[in-house]
Amino acid sequence: MKITLFIPCFIDACFPKAGAGAVEILERLGHTIEYPRELTCCGQPAFNSGYWEESRTTALQVMQRLKDAEVVVIVSGSCGAMIKNFYPELFAGTEHEEAARSLSAKVWEFSDFLVTKLGVTDLGAQFPHRVTFHDGCHGLRELGIKQQPRKLLAHVRGLELVEMGEAESCCGFGGTFSAKFPMISTAMGENKYGSALETGAEYIVSNDSSCLMHIQGLLDRQGKPLRTIHLAEVLNHRQA
Amino acid sequence: MTPNAAQFKKNAITLTKDLRHRALIRTALKKYEVVRDDKVARFQNWQSARQTAAEIKWDAVNHLDTHLTEFAKNLESRGTHVHWASNAEQAREIILGIVKQHNAHSIIKSKVMTGEEIHLNAALEKAGFDVVESDLGEYIVQLRHEAPYHFVFPAMHLTRGEISDLFTKELGTAPTDSPEELTMIARRVLRDKYITADIGISGANFGIAETGMVSITENEGNARLTCALPKVHITLMGIEKVLPKLEDLALFLPMLATAGAGQVLTGYNTMYGGPRQPGECDGPEEFHVVLLDNKRTALLADPEQRDALHCIRCGTCLNVCPIYKNIGGHSYGATYQGPIGSVITPHLRGLQQWKHLSFASSLCGACTQTCPVKINLHHHLLQSRRNAIAQKPVWWEKPLFQGLALLFSHAGLFSLGMKLGRIGQVFHPLIKNTPLDPARAWTRSRELPKVAPQTFREWWQTRK
Repeated sequence: MKITLFIPCFIDACFPKAGAGAVEILERLGHTIEYPRELTCCGQPAFNSGYWEESRTTALQVMQRLKDAEVVVIVSGSCGAMIKNFYPELFAGTEHEEAARSLSAKVWEFSDFLVTKLGVTDLGAQFPHRVTFHDGCHGLRELGIKQQPRKLLAHVRGLELVEMGEAESCCGFGGTFSAKFPMISTAMGENKYGSALETGAEYIVSNDSSCLMHIQGLLDRQGKPLRTIHLAEVLNHRQA
Repeated sequence: MTPNAAQFKKNAITLTKDLRHRALIRTALKKYEVVRDDKVARFQNWQSARQTAAEIKWDAVNHLDTHLTEFAKNLESRGTHVHWASNAEQAREIILGIVKQHNAHSIIKSKVMTGEEIHLNAALEKAGFDVVESDLGEYIVQLRHEAPYHFVFPAMHLTRGEISDLFTKELGTAPTDSPEELTMIARRVLRDKYITADIGISGANFGIAETGMVSITENEGNARLTCALPKVHITLMGIEKVLPKLEDLALFLPMLATAGAGQVLTGYNTMYGGPRQPGECDGPEEFHVVLLDNKRTALLADPEQRDALHCIRCGTCLNVCPIYKNIGGHSYGATYQGPIGSVITPHLRGLQQWKHLSFASSLCGACTQTCPVKINLHHHLLQSRRNAIAQKPVWWEKPLFQGLALLFSHAGLFSLGMKLGRIGQVFHPLIKNTPLDPARAWTRSRELPKVAPQTFREWWQTRK
């Protein structure tokens, strides 16, 4: 299958290993990867800040570039939800509504794509660590992804998944919310990593780098012995 | 920044720093979640119950005119006086008029959030009347001269010790750590008030159009005493509280109890159909129902967010909200706290004055997921942001997002941006978390992510 990979801006800049992990995993499964270098951002920051007009400028470019793609895979539940759920809303009542809907139908979040579309759960990965999983809100509640990453993690050799009490609680990132209301965002993040620490895990794994960026930022500042890692990196991890 | 927004931020800073408060609320709401989940599981199918409830409410709200007229007609047929109040001022005048007409001295109230909304107590007290709240939580916050902290659990922010201290100070009772004893203290004071009160004021959980009845659900029996003992009873209710049929309560009463407090059914469920009828030996001699609009019809006129009128005030969206759990109920500065408050307050009190509440959300969607009547709460916050910005963009944000749109449309520029970021981050520690730091909102409490030595697109390039 020819898979078009959408690499969100912050993954491109700060978390390239998540994107690279997805590329290598999908290629090992025999698929061809297309990476549209023209694309950068999905337009969510402007959308969530109320600037829908500016968001449409960015989104339109994404839609035009991806209109001929067979399937589009995104290594972020949040950007995935933006394209899949919110583009149709963003373009409702405009001439692009139909295009937004047809793109929506072929967009997949990475873990959902592997498990639901490809029917793959064992990627031959090895990651001998105790981990806990953070459900990013957009992946969980907008896209309904809960079991897919867990099914994938269940087949990783050496990996022990310990669920935290607050797995489904928001980490407090929320895009521009984290800068507009940093005190609330930080308190939410503290509750989140506090719950993760209780599990004794070495890593917080998630299918959303944006949440992990926030949590890692807090962990680094507060010197906590816990690391964050994207699901695609874990799944791409082979024997050293 | 509006004064409301500035106050909200100030409150949020204070409350998020208060670790004792955060722990107290989290513990209380953890217990709530356990009992709620237990009761949700007793529904044959909670999800289809939610769907049915949403459909009934959809009908109720989308045909509000018909249902309200039927409700009023049926109430009047048994001698109830029905009043229509367009706004808070009118509602206060109607109620003050009734109270003055009866030369009343003392007034007893059961829980009525619409009363908070129209600042009824202040108006009654200003006019010289003695007003006492009979709901235990409301009574406690009244003694503290505070607004309810939560529209279902008004005093959930207080410990037993704090309540005991309050009673000692205000009522002169001996300190106690026993919840039963604290309840008995309040009960002893309140029993006298019921007997001497001239007027009872209540809210309404539902109004039944078909039968012209006011449904009140409560756990303490205080609403029954408030509604039954004084000679005159006034119910103040929002117009959106009307349900078409009596049988609708078969779903809504257990649903409200489950979502609101994790109960199968609330302790006392009563329906009030009118004043004392000929041949009856008890009940008020006069019954007034004041129907409050106060901008609800403006919300009704918004097809996108109209479903916010479905709300049955169970408070479950507050209970699951990570924002509420960290800043508490008083920080909002609004009558209705939490997600539903953040959705409806801009409609009820002005979008520009209250838009900050729609921005003070990570849009996590826990509220929408739990709402028993399926209000699309977090999407409404998003829509309110869009509406607020369309009316009045922030002067520096507009060009910022225009600039970002330009940057994101040109991958070359974006690549250059990442390269510059890589250089910038070498020098960033010099200004990190100082007033010069453009990322200070982030770096006050968090480390910034670093631009990777090799970005994804650079990595991709090397593979080809």
